[in-house]
Amino acid sequence: MTAPKTMPRLAIEDLSAISLRDGNRPILRRVSLDVGLGEVHGLVGESGAGKSTIAKAILGIIPSQVRIAGGKIGFEGRDLLTLSGSALRAVLGRDIALVPQDPTTALNPSRRIDAQMTDGLRLKRGLSAKEARLRAHSLLEEVQIRDPDRVLASYPHQLSGGMRQRVLIAAAFGLEPKLVIADEPTTALDVTVQKQILRLIRALQERHGTSVLFVSHDLGVVAKICDRVTVLYMGKVVEQGATAAVLAAPRHAYTKALLAANPRYDRPDTGLEPTPPEVITALRAEIAAFDAGSGEARDG
Amino acid sequence: MLLAVIANRAAMALVTLAGVAVVVFILLRVVPGDPVAMMISPGASAADIAALKAHYGLDAPLLVQFGIWTKGIVEGDFGTSITLHRHVTSVLADRLPATIELAVMALFVAVTLGGGIAIVGTLLRRTPGEAVIDGLNSVMLAVPDFIWALALVLLFAVALPVLPLTGQIDPALAEGFSTRFYLTESVLTGRFAVAGNILSHMIMPTLALALPLAAVIVRLLKQSLKEAMLQDYVLLARIKGFGELRLVLQEALRNAIGPTLALTGVQFTFLIGGTVIVERIFAYPGIGNLAIDAIINRDFPLIQGLVLLFGLIFILINIGIDLTVAALKPRLRHA
Repeated sequence: MTAPKTMPRLAIEDLSAISLRDGNRPILRRVSLDVGLGEVHGLVGESGAGKSTIAKAILGIIPSQVRIAGGKIGFEGRDLLTLSGSALRAVLGRDIALVPQDPTTALNPSRRIDAQMTDGLRLKRGLSAKEARLRAHSLLEEVQIRDPDRVLASYPHQLSGGMRQRVLIAAAFGLEPKLVIADEPTTALDVTVQKQILRLIRALQERHGTSVLFVSHDLGVVAKICDRVTVLYMGKVVEQGATAAVLAAPRHAYTKALLAANPRYDRPDTGLEPTPPEVITALRAEIAAFDAGSGEARDG
Repeated sequence: MLLAVIANRAAMALVTLAGVAVVVFILLRVVPGDPVAMMISPGASAADIAALKAHYGLDAPLLVQFGIWTKGIVEGDFGTSITLHRHVTSVLADRLPATIELAVMALFVAVTLGGGIAIVGTLLRRTPGEAVIDGLNSVMLAVPDFIWALALVLLFAVALPVLPLTGQIDPALAEGFSTRFYLTESVLTGRFAVAGNILSHMIMPTLALALPLAAVIVRLLKQSLKEAMLQDYVLLARIKGFGELRLVLQEALRNAIGPTLALTGVQFTFLIGGTVIVERIFAYPGIGNLAIDAIINRDFPLIQGLVLLFGLIFILINIGIDLTVAALKPRLRHA
């Protein structure tokens, strides 16, 4: 368990966002979270909880119908939200990289793996074509791909989903970024491959000392890989803490409900409980009170 | 796999050409007017007319005429032009290079211009610049080649008389060529003053042919590029910190270009068809201009030869486009 030591790698403070399309409905409600150096931080919540909005805000790809209403995303002493386009482009790919959700669509179908792995290394790490190729080769070995030469010469459609995700993980960590955003990296894979991919991310992260923000809807996956976890509901942080502590003794009723909704392979007779309606009612009341409170705070 | 496709397409091409041959042969002899009527003076005797018809073999039954013609084709003889008194093949060989140069030039201009505007429009998406491009493009889409030709004449030959109105080359310069590919040959032999003169003659017909095709390319390619720019792999490349232009050229273009290439092939055949009227307007000595003369004179062998030649060109263009699309799509190559 590595608790954040000195200055965290990524420090999100009071991040708020609204949906312009949906009557200015809040989608992030003053979210604060830190990702420490070398830490894997889980960001959990059901769909629509605002997990991916946070990831997109960090990466500067907020869709046009969403507006950041307040807060900061601190990275290396700078606020990513205030960076110019070119300043952000300089940070992306060099200091921050993404492992995407769906490996079937995240690789360009008409470019060889070779080209797609080396272009970032050449632009962001200043490697020559030959150096980048050697680096890509050793990166593929690092993600346990047996015949890197064949994979490098392949087009994406010639590789399996698990292979593609390995390639994407190798490409992301290969840029030697300080922070990797892993956006549900195992959701599109089948269960047996999921485990290997999780182990791989953890191994690479430890070897390179990378900080990882691990976005997932699955507490079971988060339990396997994350040092700390933040649980979101309707854009609000409902629970935050060391993963083991949160899982062992969830303080919030919603986290308990999420845990209960997780299938347990060791106890197939339990689990898969839907969130009890009284928990939802209580949460919504809590959020309504928060909205009213922050409204007053803003006015005052 | 590629060879099988080519063989298959070549076989289909032969069937298509045979069909074209039958249709044009019958059509020419069914519609009113024949070459003898066009060449003989009024008041000629019925005997003279009959003798002339017999001379050209036009008195024989249709099937026999067709048999003679196709037998000739198989032996490489496409007949003799009635008005020019030369072998059809040699007439076509004289005129085809000028049209090839014009059509290829027009295709190049259309692809460069249309592709360039589509890329700029993609970079400017969701800005007022995109609306300007879309607006102008809608107008360009509505204007056909011969209207462009007339507008260009008004602009560059009447209002601002800077370009030569007719012909392919200044007659004083048309000496010492060993081929009929005047532009290609003058460039290759370093006669750049001559090449410049040819180009100045070609600007107006080229633009008249290219602008409608450019408009179609802009419309379709820009749409495909905008869709491709929303793909996950473009997003991932953006997160690597690549700039917009690089995203468009490196990530989106190859995946977006398929439909545009296929349509450009179809539209290029229309462009070749457009050479008939555009070459006429600018008195450009290609096969399009020749076709109008041949039809006016009811020069049956020449018309038949020309139609087969146009058919062959269309088929070759389509095969070329299919191969290009397959070459650009790795998924098709491995399928």
